[in-house]
Amino acid sequence: MNTIAQYLTRTKGNKRLSLTDVITYMYLTLGTIVMFGPVIWLVLSSFKTTQQLVRFPPTILPYRQESVTVEGYDTPLDLYNVTMEDGTVRQLAQVRRVGIEAQMIDPANPEEIIRVNINQRQPIESVVFSLDNYITGVEQFNFWQYLWNSIVVTALATILTLIVNSMAAFALSKYQFRGRNAIFLVTISTLMIPLSVILIPVFLVVTEIGWNNNLIGVIVPGAATPTGVFLLRQYMLTIPDELLDSARIDGASEWRIYLQIILPLARPALAVLAIFSIMWRWNDFLWPLIVLRRSELFTLQVGLNSFQGELQTQWNLILAMTVLTLLPITAVFAFLQKYITTGIATTGMK
Amino acid sequence: MFYSRGCPVSRTTAPLGTSISSPATRPPNLIQFLFNGFVDVIDRLMAPLQNRLGVQRMAYIFVLPNLLIFGIFIILPMILNLSYAFTGSTELFPADRPFIGGDNFARLFECTNFLDPNTCREDVYWRAIYNSTAFVIVQVAFMVIMALISALALNRKIILRAFFRSVFFYPVLLSPVVVALIWKWILQQDGLLNAVIVSLGGTRVPFLLSADWARLWVILISVWAQMGFFTLILLAGLQAIPSELYEAASIDGASPWASFWKITLPLLTPTMTVVLVLALIRAVQVFDQVVPFTNGGPGTATTYMVQYIYNTGFTNQTREYGLAAAASVLMALILFTLTIVQLRVTRAGQNEA
Amino acid sequence: MKKSHLLLGLIVILMLAATSITVFAQDPVELRITWYNDSNEGEVLRDLLDRFEAENPDIRVVVDTIPYDAILNQLPVDVQAGEGPDMARVTDQAAYRGFYLDLRPLVADAAYWDESFPAAALAALREEGDESGLYGFPNQFTVSAPYINRTLFEQAGIEVPSDSMDAVSWEEWTEAAASVAQATGTPYAITMDRSGHRFAGPMFSQGATLFNEDGTLTIDSEGFRSMAQILVDWHTRGLTPVEVWVGSGGTYSAGADFFINGQVVMYMSGSWQVGRFANDIGDAFDWAVVPNPTGPGGSTGMPGGTFMVAFGDTEHPAEVARVMDYLASADVLREFSERSLFIPAHLGLGELNFATENALAEAALVTFASEVPKLTDQAYQLQYGGQGFAINNPIRDRLTQVIAGELSLDDAVARIQQDIDDALATAGQ
Repeated sequence: MNTIAQYLTRTKGNKRLSLTDVITYMYLTLGTIVMFGPVIWLVLSSFKTTQQLVRFPPTILPYRQESVTVEGYDTPLDLYNVTMEDGTVRQLAQVRRVGIEAQMIDPANPEEIIRVNINQRQPIESVVFSLDNYITGVEQFNFWQYLWNSIVVTALATILTLIVNSMAAFALSKYQFRGRNAIFLVTISTLMIPLSVILIPVFLVVTEIGWNNNLIGVIVPGAATPTGVFLLRQYMLTIPDELLDSARIDGASEWRIYLQIILPLARPALAVLAIFSIMWRWNDFLWPLIVLRRSELFTLQVGLNSFQGELQTQWNLILAMTVLTLLPITAVFAFLQKYITTGIATTGMK
Repeated sequence: MFYSRGCPVSRTTAPLGTSISSPATRPPNLIQFLFNGFVDVIDRLMAPLQNRLGVQRMAYIFVLPNLLIFGIFIILPMILNLSYAFTGSTELFPADRPFIGGDNFARLFECTNFLDPNTCREDVYWRAIYNSTAFVIVQVAFMVIMALISALALNRKIILRAFFRSVFFYPVLLSPVVVALIWKWILQQDGLLNAVIVSLGGTRVPFLLSADWARLWVILISVWAQMGFFTLILLAGLQAIPSELYEAASIDGASPWASFWKITLPLLTPTMTVVLVLALIRAVQVFDQVVPFTNGGPGTATTYMVQYIYNTGFTNQTREYGLAAAASVLMALILFTLTIVQLRVTRAGQNEA
Repeated sequence: MKKSHLLLGLIVILMLAATSITVFAQDPVELRITWYNDSNEGEVLRDLLDRFEAENPDIRVVVDTIPYDAILNQLPVDVQAGEGPDMARVTDQAAYRGFYLDLRPLVADAAYWDESFPAAALAALREEGDESGLYGFPNQFTVSAPYINRTLFEQAGIEVPSDSMDAVSWEEWTEAAASVAQATGTPYAITMDRSGHRFAGPMFSQGATLFNEDGTLTIDSEGFRSMAQILVDWHTRGLTPVEVWVGSGGTYSAGADFFINGQVVMYMSGSWQVGRFANDIGDAFDWAVVPNPTGPGGSTGMPGGTFMVAFGDTEHPAEVARVMDYLASADVLREFSERSLFIPAHLGLGELNFATENALAEAALVTFASEVPKLTDQAYQLQYGGQGFAINNPIRDRLTQVIAGELSLDDAVARIQQDIDDALATAGQ
């Protein structure tokens, strides 16, 4: 026991736990609950039925009502705990309900019908992680097609973004040329104009080019991200010019310098941009919705929102499909998280 | 920092890039072999171009693809937008729209008292401007403080550090729609939080129904969703501060509190500037989380500038493209001014560092 | 250049070949329907279209299901830009006037269409001055009316007012629902969907007049103010769940959730909820539809529903007409309505056999059908006239502001009037 306590109270510096450490751990634990708790809640809710989703108080775990098959009845009957008039509690199955009266039977003795007030009965429920929402969702929703489209868009757009942005960042950080400051200024100021504000004109431009209903129309317009150029430029500024100069003396062309010196050295920054690009593209909704109208081209996010009708929204399916869309991005994050949690330290954000 | 004068850059050793970059040199594998072949091909193809343009002007080639995409999909639409701002009707194609001069702008500015939106013709526009201003100030301040506290905690020598860092970052991965969905289920009248309050003997709190609560929650949730990003940037800044400085300070008998104020904060200023600027931009653009979350309500309490523009030009059944464009031109002007200020500040920050 | 074109062509051919392996000699014409779902109607449509395709191997119909918001926001822009689908299910039919495909010369029997669908509905698709264009048909008819939780009335021992009286006013219903809520400990008495359309029926019943004889619009009237005041009073008296109007985040579902949960006694909505209630309420309590409350302006709900329309940009007008003919035919519409529990707008379908074993749902559909003849001209004009698009949303948004305490009712009336005038002015420029 003692050693465990020692282990737990030990910080990496092998000192005993100080007050600041205690506060730190308290903050981090609280932070973990606040940051991650809602996501767990989402995952648990995705197993619930519609009726359960709208119930108050909401339950943490997904419940299903238990039922029993009784001879003489075609469908399974729901089980209830019924408080009888003498105060005893019996487990009964409900045959039907008329108004405020329920007709129930004892599964052991199905002949006798017992009439009870509906307020006397409590449904018997148990925790069930039913995959119904997932199965219906995947069936109703062209899941694999949407997944494939999302992967195509995310992958191609990220590659394109990395190439185009790194080239521009290279030019902006390592060359003196006329117009450099103007280009940089324009890049930075467009960082501030959200797409939602110029939606209609961008749509017109894409229509004129003929990229409507085409995944290219989703991939290309957002590829020149100002954030990416900015991030990569700042990082490339920290690569010493001498390296380039000596390569030039050795006869390397500018393309060779870009491909074989700059790109490998900028790998941490590229990884960070890659994660951001994957994240943006995977989660993007507004723009794909505008470009894509054919269901075989839908991305997951667009497809997901087609569960929202005028008058009714199928929340149970939306929740289940949302969880499915989270899986790939979580996997990518788990795979690249070392760059995020440690690598960003070297991106030289200034 | 490493000084590269002595770095082995040589034409003869084959994988040029790897020999410089990787601290842990790996043997060349197939991918590297292919990559080198690819570099050779590009090199061959581009050589004549470089011979004609010269080294410095190659920069134009590098910047060209980005600039093209930019020009076509951002700059051109912004110019088109300008033409919408000065024309009327609900026609989509600029050529079909009658010129109406500055009418759209005049409509936005028709106010008896600019401080009271109720006296303005486009009252919602002015409400949105005031909402946005308040949101930006409070949200940015709160975001920076929370991100800094989190970064300081995550920078300590703690067990499970990678785990905690991942958890704090995770919400950044969620789409705005999902963020709104989760929190709506938690905060609505019959939501999880109210259930907890009721079970503790309290009464339900109208988290999304009273203007003040809704404004607060919009801020809290945007901080929840984006804080991880800024925390990581600040973490990077913290890690760049040489630990010798703290050691020297503690030898001199400085309290941790003093070394925070005397060492950490001053050396973190450049990073803080970046965080501040990025947080500011995002706050001004706030939109995609709020619409599925409160849809601008209750009433218009959480209607911000971008949503006003989006609603006016896109979701109202009479699409007032012109009015929306005029509002977005004004917004662009504000943002442009902010950008200039930002560049000044960043430059000052860089000089300091 | 040439070589790359050749290569590209080859790739395209290969891909086409790969996808058309299952197809016989000739490629079918592909038609597109843009659609949205409230419940199971998309599945029913797909079933019906599968049968059509089996009989017509030269046509393939693809249904693109998009969010309802996108039908409202995106589709009009697409159609304006010439990028629209061949057909669509729409609710704001006036937004596309001038962009429809005239089916009259294309369909097999245009007289069947004229006889089978209400003239007002067909005219709702036409531009002013157009008397004969045939652009689509109403494939679902809805009527708005209130639902009540009968079990709660029974438990409270209070008689349902409409059981004994022919004309019950909104005030009387409000009081009855309030007493029931109090007697049974139900949290809320009454609610209404946050929608200008839902508000309009009660508003007209209270005597509101919207459309003047000279073609102008006046929002301010005794009737409008009285219904607006009733709605506001529900909130100030705590009779209604505030989040439905004030914090709904743009979805219409909130009111229904309260009703399903047995947390509200009376709920103003419409016929489209029947399928959902049958499903989700199950045997939790007895629910029923009651006639629209009566006021000085009558006892009207709002007509509504969706249209199946064809767009003029289509490359295959003849094939589109064949699909439309099929979908508008009596047998197909009957099956569509019965299986999705929709009230048909077709005049000659006779008795329907709705695909539900739920007696409450059947009774509800019967009550809704009896509400149809009571709909007033003003209600029809709002729904099918050309100006409704400019009216419903301002009413909804401004009344929300009143409830949220941002505007006084007087201010709201002035604002709604101005919003409508501005919208009509811009549309007319």
